[in-house]
Amino acid sequence: MTTDARRRSPVRLHVVSGKGGTGKTTVAAALALALASGGKRVLLCEVEGRQGIASLFDVAPLPYAERRIAVGSDGGEVSALAIDTEAALLEYLAMFYHLGRAGKLLDRFGVIDFATTVAPGVRDVLLIGKVYEATRRSERGRSAYDAVVLDAPPTGRIGRFLNVNTEVAGIAKTGPIRRQASSIMQLLTSDKTRVHLVTSLEEMAVQETLDALDELTRLRLGLGVVIVNAVTEPHLPGEAIDEAATGQLDEARVAASLKEAGVGADASVVAGLIAVGAEHAVRIRLQEEQRNRLEGIRPAVVELPALNEGVDLGGLYELAHELRESQEF
Amino acid sequence: MARKTPRRPARQPSRSNRARVGPLRGRLSDVPALKVDELIANRDISIMVCCGSGGVGKTTTSASIALRAAEQGRRVVVLTIDPARRLAQSMGLSELDNDPKPVSGVDESNGGRLDAMMLDMKRTFDEVVESHASPEKSSQILANPFYQALSSSFAGTQEYMAMEKLGQLHAEALGSGRWDLIVVDTPPSRSALDFLDAPERLSSFLDGRLIRLLLAPARGPARFLSVGVSAVTSTISKVLGGQMLRDVQTFVAAFDTLFGGFRSRADKTYQILKDPQTAFLVVASPDADALREAAFFVERLAEDHMPLAGLVLNRVSPPVAQGLSAQTALAAAERLSEDDALTAALLRLHAERLDTIGRERSLRRRFAAAHPTVATVTIAALATDVHDLSSLRSVGALAAA
Repeated sequence: MTTDARRRSPVRLHVVSGKGGTGKTTVAAALALALASGGKRVLLCEVEGRQGIASLFDVAPLPYAERRIAVGSDGGEVSALAIDTEAALLEYLAMFYHLGRAGKLLDRFGVIDFATTVAPGVRDVLLIGKVYEATRRSERGRSAYDAVVLDAPPTGRIGRFLNVNTEVAGIAKTGPIRRQASSIMQLLTSDKTRVHLVTSLEEMAVQETLDALDELTRLRLGLGVVIVNAVTEPHLPGEAIDEAATGQLDEARVAASLKEAGVGADASVVAGLIAVGAEHAVRIRLQEEQRNRLEGIRPAVVELPALNEGVDLGGLYELAHELRESQEF
Repeated sequence: MARKTPRRPARQPSRSNRARVGPLRGRLSDVPALKVDELIANRDISIMVCCGSGGVGKTTTSASIALRAAEQGRRVVVLTIDPARRLAQSMGLSELDNDPKPVSGVDESNGGRLDAMMLDMKRTFDEVVESHASPEKSSQILANPFYQALSSSFAGTQEYMAMEKLGQLHAEALGSGRWDLIVVDTPPSRSALDFLDAPERLSSFLDGRLIRLLLAPARGPARFLSVGVSAVTSTISKVLGGQMLRDVQTFVAAFDTLFGGFRSRADKTYQILKDPQTAFLVVASPDADALREAAFFVERLAEDHMPLAGLVLNRVSPPVAQGLSAQTALAAAERLSEDDALTAALLRLHAERLDTIGRERSLRRRFAAAHPTVATVTIAALATDVHDLSSLRSVGALAAA
């Protein structure tokens, strides 16, 4: 996508899901940084109460307020918000119903507590409602944010999470809840919303990704990009991968080379090196198998490298750069 | 905001200002060992609950421990609360359903067995309704649109149903003797321990004023009508719309007699979980995120006085050959890169692995420093993905080693 195309891109809400442990939060943060380039204002939201964004950016736990947490290299900025259901509900009641005191009364009757912790489903409605509000908000005649990135629940729960408003619209036949639920589903199923899935090249993660793609398609949610995270680069020369994986590396040759390099290595070190090589090669071959399974899926696939030093702010910018280079966002 | 109703204690301890207690420095050699085989052999243990953040191999851990227990003579049922098809995948099964099904290929020569099931929350809910309400009332409930959304589509119902199902399995285990060990695989991340809150949540609702307000029309309009009540009712009606409020009220009225049973069964299951017959296993992988979540689970379990057996640390990088430092390896790789690319690559991989091992050890030390009494077992990462019984067996053997 060219810069012009990106400017024209209608996508305002980027939902990032993926199997747990594949780096969903990291990718969501990197995507927010990438989208902020070129002077854009981006909001990064989390809804799981884990304070994952704060620990990633190494800042104090986020309150229920939009805070600037990073700036782009060319003037853009990323704000972050950890959505709290209770605060979101009170805010909603105040905003749409001007319920200052009645809100307190509701609280006294246990309505707020019921809605945010006891009643199934309401949490998700509130969380998405807040994301919807931030996506649609305008300030001084223009959108408050150019894009909103949602670090969403993992693939196992993503369909239920995003589709909750369809269910709500099903039980609220008329009235304000019905209208709100319908407009939210309209946004989520429009070309303004894209759902990206993060995966690793591991069997179960890829399977969950494929299952999630089916589910999202069934729910008519807009598919974005499949982001393959933490891809291990092959270190061994191509022809050595198969030999290493099947235990056919030449120990004598490795021992001779070590000697030549002046490394005093006994048989156990040589065997250890061969073993490390074998594990690596097996991993690379598995990755290749899983990569093949992703071939032919409808969404574009973007790969991000494994960060060997662990993820820090520098690493995030590196991943953001990769995402931008892919020109898929 | 001032709160007049007594609120449940904060459901989750705050993550922000946690004081760390305990020695500041942890030595890995001082960490008590978690002995999985002793846990399995202990017939007093009848429930094992695996919890931890997503993607740490929780399902694999529960499945492999369940398999190992079965092959050592326990009669095991493994329950997964996760909506994704993880357990089925890792056990090489195409699908599971709400009734435990025997897993084939298990070595039963020691008298054990292994059954597996995945929680189907809608069916569990329907069955509860059907078995605890009159036929007439249950068909009325099952047809209620509000019930249908609640039982099939809403996050949060799962936790209530998990308690329900666990209670059922436990009762069946006691009654029929079909099983003597239940292994529970909890859902990932935030909601992993939410099911522990189910009884308290139900109580806060059932003992609160809201339910009386919702039931008021059914019990006669004039009964609780104070100024506050009518203000609240009109507010709720304004927000929900009259039709939805009426549906909710109809549902609550129809469900009224069932709530109590839900609560008492959930309470009972909660007590069983607190009992020494239960062993909680916190599962993590050796990265900062997963260990932070593990610390959270350990602390949460301690707050609820739940019996923690220990930490299972999955996917730990396997050790490398001793006697070759990362620096030496990298320097040699540099010298060899022209002549022997293969050996140079092996040396770089060796150095990289040593780095990873060092980073993992320092994360583990930090965890041990804050939680010095948590027994731990580490399971080395396998090069291949775990997706069948034989690889589950290998993981089980590693866990018990």
